[in-house]
Amino acid sequence: MTGQAGPVAVSAEPALAVRGVERSFGHVRALRGISFTLGVGDSLAVFGPNGAGKTTLLRVLAGLLRPQRGEVLLGGVPQSRADAAHRREVGLIAHYSLLYDGLTAAENLDFYGRLYGVPDRPAAVARALEAVRLSDRAGDLVGTFSRGMVQRMAIARALLHEPRIVLLDEPFSGLDQRAAAALRDLLMHLRAERRTMVLVTHNLDEGLELATHVAIQVGGRFAECGPVDGDLAAYRSRYADATAVRG
Amino acid sequence: MTPIESAERALRRSAVWILVGLLLLAGVYVRALVFTPAEVTQGLAQKIFYIHAPSAWVAFLAFGIVGVTSVVFLFLKDPRLDLFAASSAEVGMVFTTEVLITGPIWGKTVWGTWWTWDARLTLTLFLWFVMLAYLILRSAVQEPGQRARYSAVLGILGALLVPFIHVSVYLFRTLHPMPVVLRPGRPTLPGSMLVTLVASFLVFTWFFAALLSHRYAMARLADARAHAAAERDDA
Amino acid sequence: MGDLLRATWAIAAKDVLLEFRSRTAFVSALVFTALVLAIFNFARDPTAVSAIDLAPGILWITFTFAAMLGLNRAFALERENRALDGLLLSPASRTAIYLGKVLANLVFVGSVEAIALPLFALFFNVPVLPVLGPLVLVIALATLGFVAVGTLMSSMAVNTRLAELMLPVLLLPFLVPPVTSAVQITSRLFAGRPFSEVTAWLRLLVAYDIIFVAACVLFFEFTIEE
Repeated sequence: MTGQAGPVAVSAEPALAVRGVERSFGHVRALRGISFTLGVGDSLAVFGPNGAGKTTLLRVLAGLLRPQRGEVLLGGVPQSRADAAHRREVGLIAHYSLLYDGLTAAENLDFYGRLYGVPDRPAAVARALEAVRLSDRAGDLVGTFSRGMVQRMAIARALLHEPRIVLLDEPFSGLDQRAAAALRDLLMHLRAERRTMVLVTHNLDEGLELATHVAIQVGGRFAECGPVDGDLAAYRSRYADATAVRG
Repeated sequence: MTPIESAERALRRSAVWILVGLLLLAGVYVRALVFTPAEVTQGLAQKIFYIHAPSAWVAFLAFGIVGVTSVVFLFLKDPRLDLFAASSAEVGMVFTTEVLITGPIWGKTVWGTWWTWDARLTLTLFLWFVMLAYLILRSAVQEPGQRARYSAVLGILGALLVPFIHVSVYLFRTLHPMPVVLRPGRPTLPGSMLVTLVASFLVFTWFFAALLSHRYAMARLADARAHAAAERDDA
Repeated sequence: MGDLLRATWAIAAKDVLLEFRSRTAFVSALVFTALVLAIFNFARDPTAVSAIDLAPGILWITFTFAAMLGLNRAFALERENRALDGLLLSPASRTAIYLGKVLANLVFVGSVEAIALPLFALFFNVPVLPVLGPLVLVIALATLGFVAVGTLMSSMAVNTRLAELMLPVLLLPFLVPPVTSAVQITSRLFAGRPFSEVTAWLRLLVAYDIIFVAACVLFFEFTIEE
């Protein structure tokens, strides 16, 4: 968000490695062995129908859920061994804002800035608000914001601490044309900054445009996963096949 | 053996133990009523003691099991431990209720009052409330993993609470003079009464263990069936 | 350690700011307190029972029930927009989340108590001032105990359907040791008894606080992590 070049990889380790992750809720097996690896600057778009476990996957990557089997490694370090340090590296943009309606925009960001130990907090907050064009609403309660403005605030919150890994859960849902275009620009910008991204969506077009890698998740597993090769029609038909099997 | 078959076998086995327990109970009652002398001041009513005291022991044993199993569950995360703790709480609840029923019956018969804030009865009353809270909490949470975690935390805190309530009640009674009431304490018992008492403690413990195994087997069976159904839906 | 304190403080400050802005829970608790104290006055026969005999019990029932009105706020406010996920995503330790919530709840409950106590002295004509020091100490110790346990219980209760009912069901048994001790000590303070009579109760209260604050800190993460 600051315009400087993104973080430079200092190790040969992949930015994000997921190995055999499994997670159940009672008898419902939401994730049945997910594995993939992303290098610095890669973006993975995960498509899948509802109930495929995409949100569960993101929550595991974010550290909100612990896998019952398998592991997640950020920069080669297992999540379980470096919890707080890991969380500083990850930002989550979901369709709920994680903000407090009773606080102003600036107060919300200031609070999160404190929790993340963001240096020079007032300046960082001001920059974040400016980047999402909400500087003039800094002193207004978030409860008074429109849906589009809330989404922009959520982005500001998620990126305030300059995470190297950005996770997005259906970020385009409920957005109008303009807001969607702004979000697309932002994601391009993040790619240019070489941040590693995982984007979950059921909108094929938007995801393929932005991603370097694609996965199709069905029934808790990746039906396929690999680099994007540009053929949208082929993906569409393969996606239809993969989701049709489930009925 | 599939989990379902294993649970069904455990169910049949524990049913046998329950039958044995019922026979043992009958035996102890016969001994208590016919072959044990009546206490001189209280008469026949004193024989409730052979139900009341062992039930109280079992109630606290059951909750102790809940506490210990909950601690182990938080470490090992095995859902079967949660099922076991819940079974112990349910069965223990029955025995705790029994103490709270036999206590007043005894009290009314012997001293004419239904309830006295007797130290042990009061402690059992609060144990009953904690167990009730445990069971209500379980019924209010749908997701099995969350239910197990919440129950375990409540079970451990509840187990920690019991000694504090005991001390509170004890201090209350010793530092706060109350009308002197003949307490249904453990009198120095002549030989044959002691034998009956020990026998009833052993029989009640057996009966509790049998009920617990049976309830646990039921829980495992329900769980195994739900698991099989979920797998069928997936396929 | 510094991180823990900073995160705790940030979370507590945020909660207090939010409550200060909306004030609904605080005002409800105050109104409730005033009503309860007033009604208790009509619920007794002044010629048969002197105020001083009943007063300590009434005071503590009022404190604990008013407190329970406010305890669920702490986690209820994290449910809107799933803000709790925001806290869990951050580097803040789960202990910091718990302690921050306890601190905010202590501010809330303490504020209600600070207003209830003079009201109580007024309505029941009880000599509070001569024993104010020891009384405040007892109130602080007992409040710490039940707010610590209440905060943990509310983290579970808010995730059930009948959260307002679930909290008392879970919490009330845990109030017996601190409230009994507090009532006994308060009653002896009002009666002008020597301090030596209350040491046993005081020890119980302190032991309860130590054990349960430690246990709640230890087990809180299990109520919040999936």
